[in-house]
Amino acid sequence: MKLYALTIHQAHQLLRKKEITSRELVESVLSRIDQVEPKIAAFNQVQKESSLKEGEMLDQKISRGMFKSPLTGIPVGLKDNICFQGVPTTCSSRILENFIPPYDAAVVEKLKEAEAVFVGKTNMDEFAMGSSTENSAFKKTRNPWDLDRIPGGSSGGSAAAVAADECMGALGSDTGGSIRQPAACCGVVGLKPTYGLVSRYGLVAFASSLDQIGPIAKDVTDAAILLNEISGHDLRDSTSSARPSEDYLGSLHPEVKGLKIGIPKEYFIKGIDPEIEKSVMGAVNKWKDLGAEVYEITLPHTAYAVATYYILATAEASSNLERYDGVKYGFRASDGKNLNEMYEKTRAEGFGPEVKRRIMLGTYALSSGYYDAYYKKAQQVRTLFIQDFKEAFKKVDAIVTPTTPTPAFKIGEKVHDPLQMYLSDIFTISANLAGIPALSLPCGFSKEGLPIGVQIMGRYFEESTLLNMAYAFEQASGIHNKKPNL
Amino acid sequence: MTRYQCIRREFMKYEAVIGLEVHAQMLTHSKIFCGCSTSFGSKPNSQTCPVCLGMPGVLPVLNKKVVEFAMRTALATHCTISPLNRFARKNYFYPDLPKGYQISQYELPLAEHGHIDIQVDGVEKRIRLTRIHLEEDAGKNLHEGIEDASYIDLNRTGVPLMEIVSEPDIRSSEEAVAYLKKLRNILVYLEVNDGNLEEGSFRCDANVSIRPVGQEKFGTRTELKNINSFRFIQKAIDYEIKRQEMVLEEGGRIIQETRLWDTQKGITVSMRSKESAHDYRYFPEPDLVPVKIHSDWVEEIQKTLPELPDAKKERFIKDYQIPPYDASVLTQNKKIAFYFEECASLYHRPKAISNWIMGDLLNEEEIPISPRQLTGMIELIDKGVISGKIAKTVFEEMLRTKKDARTIVEEKGLLQVSDDEAILSFVDQVLNANPESVEQYRSGKERLLGFFVGQVMKISSGKANPGKVNELLLKRLKNP
Repeated sequence: MKLYALTIHQAHQLLRKKEITSRELVESVLSRIDQVEPKIAAFNQVQKESSLKEGEMLDQKISRGMFKSPLTGIPVGLKDNICFQGVPTTCSSRILENFIPPYDAAVVEKLKEAEAVFVGKTNMDEFAMGSSTENSAFKKTRNPWDLDRIPGGSSGGSAAAVAADECMGALGSDTGGSIRQPAACCGVVGLKPTYGLVSRYGLVAFASSLDQIGPIAKDVTDAAILLNEISGHDLRDSTSSARPSEDYLGSLHPEVKGLKIGIPKEYFIKGIDPEIEKSVMGAVNKWKDLGAEVYEITLPHTAYAVATYYILATAEASSNLERYDGVKYGFRASDGKNLNEMYEKTRAEGFGPEVKRRIMLGTYALSSGYYDAYYKKAQQVRTLFIQDFKEAFKKVDAIVTPTTPTPAFKIGEKVHDPLQMYLSDIFTISANLAGIPALSLPCGFSKEGLPIGVQIMGRYFEESTLLNMAYAFEQASGIHNKKPNL
Repeated sequence: MTRYQCIRREFMKYEAVIGLEVHAQMLTHSKIFCGCSTSFGSKPNSQTCPVCLGMPGVLPVLNKKVVEFAMRTALATHCTISPLNRFARKNYFYPDLPKGYQISQYELPLAEHGHIDIQVDGVEKRIRLTRIHLEEDAGKNLHEGIEDASYIDLNRTGVPLMEIVSEPDIRSSEEAVAYLKKLRNILVYLEVNDGNLEEGSFRCDANVSIRPVGQEKFGTRTELKNINSFRFIQKAIDYEIKRQEMVLEEGGRIIQETRLWDTQKGITVSMRSKESAHDYRYFPEPDLVPVKIHSDWVEEIQKTLPELPDAKKERFIKDYQIPPYDASVLTQNKKIAFYFEECASLYHRPKAISNWIMGDLLNEEEIPISPRQLTGMIELIDKGVISGKIAKTVFEEMLRTKKDARTIVEEKGLLQVSDDEAILSFVDQVLNANPESVEQYRSGKERLLGFFVGQVMKISSGKANPGKVNELLLKRLKNP
């Protein structure tokens, strides 16, 4: 049996029945990593020894039938912008190459509490800025379905690792689509929770008001398992919601009868890849067949999403990245003759081109004289997106759109055209601006065999609606059972 | 003397316009966004955690006490507390600023539109407050004794500060100092700040400009930074006013800039001009949710406010029938005010108590004798056990030994002599020793009486009851 190919819930069942051990699971995943990692390059770092030891330790509890959670003994991956005590957290940036946090992110604490086994830190676009994982300072991750193509980004490492069975589930972070877009590109499930559902404590910030940590999983059930463990109030994050926790797994059911689904006309305009449109509408029809009602709706400000996003996200990023000055930790350029030169050289050598581009954009947008025209205006437009969604959710329970405008593109194809690259997130950005939950689910394949994702957006804190809808489709289509050939 | 200080009075056709910005450290035990200690003088970097160091991924969490302390101040200075206020980021690079930005309040401060009433030369004046907002302190660069390097102490990062900004209502350095003393007094009464200028827990920046008398438009201002004593604040403002007058008299123009007070030379010097000023790129802090202040919370805080200096002064005048001057002196220091009131509750002579406090205790760092001891001594005077003169000696002895007045009197044998026979013997001694003076007195030189009294007091070592001495002296001089 290829243990690495199991889903979390399948592995959990076998662990419970004592047919397998956690150590065997970890070993299987590690040997899978040995086998495919040279092709995929999903990990910045693999924690072999500690994960084996961890698995062995947990086996003692497991043998006595003690399970803290469905994640007990399960090998998972962690995006490299989530702090893990004692392990380098690099954000795939030179400037943090040697940064070892003395603390765990809240989600890491929670997963440790749930007895998950960490196998490694996954590659990403530097500081989560990008849609292809080509902006990593260390390596280019490849798409398991076609090694010439990008895995999406910025959580490309996490999505590729899950798709290639290098871990059973992973965490990513999503600022403008960075969980959903790579999940769609790699044919896995990715969920960006409602802003505030998952603590951001320990997530290295890109754009604080948009960032959210979420699961990337092989199927919907696994996504629910991961979300159960990482959600919940955290006193160390003021923006964390105080709502009581929900059991997303326990309430998972494939019923969509009477559910009202909205199709926003602004997302199905000319220029959209016909294969994507066909596949997404296929999913919509499936839900219809299962008893859902489908309505055309409007989200009138959609056209401004990308522009608004790139002002707000870069403004916050320019500020969040100021702390990387070479003074206290991380990389410091060696030959600065005075303080200013030390700052300048450190940042010039430590940051990659995309990060610098965004720092420049954000600094400009916040500068005196431009603040009102850019930042303030963008905040006002952001309020309009929120209004759009409020109006829409009066009529429907969920909104369905494509996750990406095209399937995964070729490595290098858009590297020199940042604006083209920014459009990869055109369908995902609005959910971050509004703070609503959104999920990407595999819904088909292109003629070239590349996965296509469908996005479901929902009301604040109605993750369960999204998960149930996705689960219904998954059960009916069986699409999640298809694997890349590696 | 520099040339600016020599300027002649006849040039004085200008009026100064001064606004003050005070940074007051709040007396919380922990920092504004984390649980680290705020105590002063610890080993460098011993009071830090990932949050106040701004390590990647960590987030600030607002200390509720900080908001409450600022609310107390806002209420005590008649400000309107905003039901919704918000933090902002003030971005700039400096080694002592770990995040590369300072979390402060900008367009939505905690409180606005207050005032403080001051008195200068007996004239009452109202200084309006623009706003009170919250922010975190930065760290400190260490250079002393270190060659070719700077070290950084981040113990102060995240120490909670309140910035209290006045309107440009102040017209002289005297008014500025009166305002600052009054403000400090209020903060200390409220127990939100320790009022310590030397340790920087009460810091002041002054914006100074001048304009021709009668002109409404403000002149170009300069900002004087971080001056750490009332005396220097007064001197720096005076100097700056004269400097600006001189510049204008000479046909020059004032440059908007930040200036520092050079304590050694007694002058202000340019630090940076407006052109090189930072663009702080303020924007709302996305890691903190806006602070909502419900009216219930304001009412709750209102209930905890102590009696403030002005109210206390009025009450002292009314309840204790002491002169307004006494009441205002006694209430300028919370400790003294409490001391006075405790004394007054023990003994019924508030004016005598006030005299002793104002004469001898006002400048004491810690009041060395208890209210019971002070009133005990006054009681001894009133009962005629000791004279007012002896009381001085007893008082000094009390300060030194912390013993009660009665014990001192007994140990030193300082009891007042009121016995007629004993005093008569002193009187006779004096009169017998000065026959010529007696003769002169009797022939009409009555002011010699004072001389005889003095002599009697002298040979009685001050213990003779002065009333009795007078009485018996007159008796003997009239009837030899």
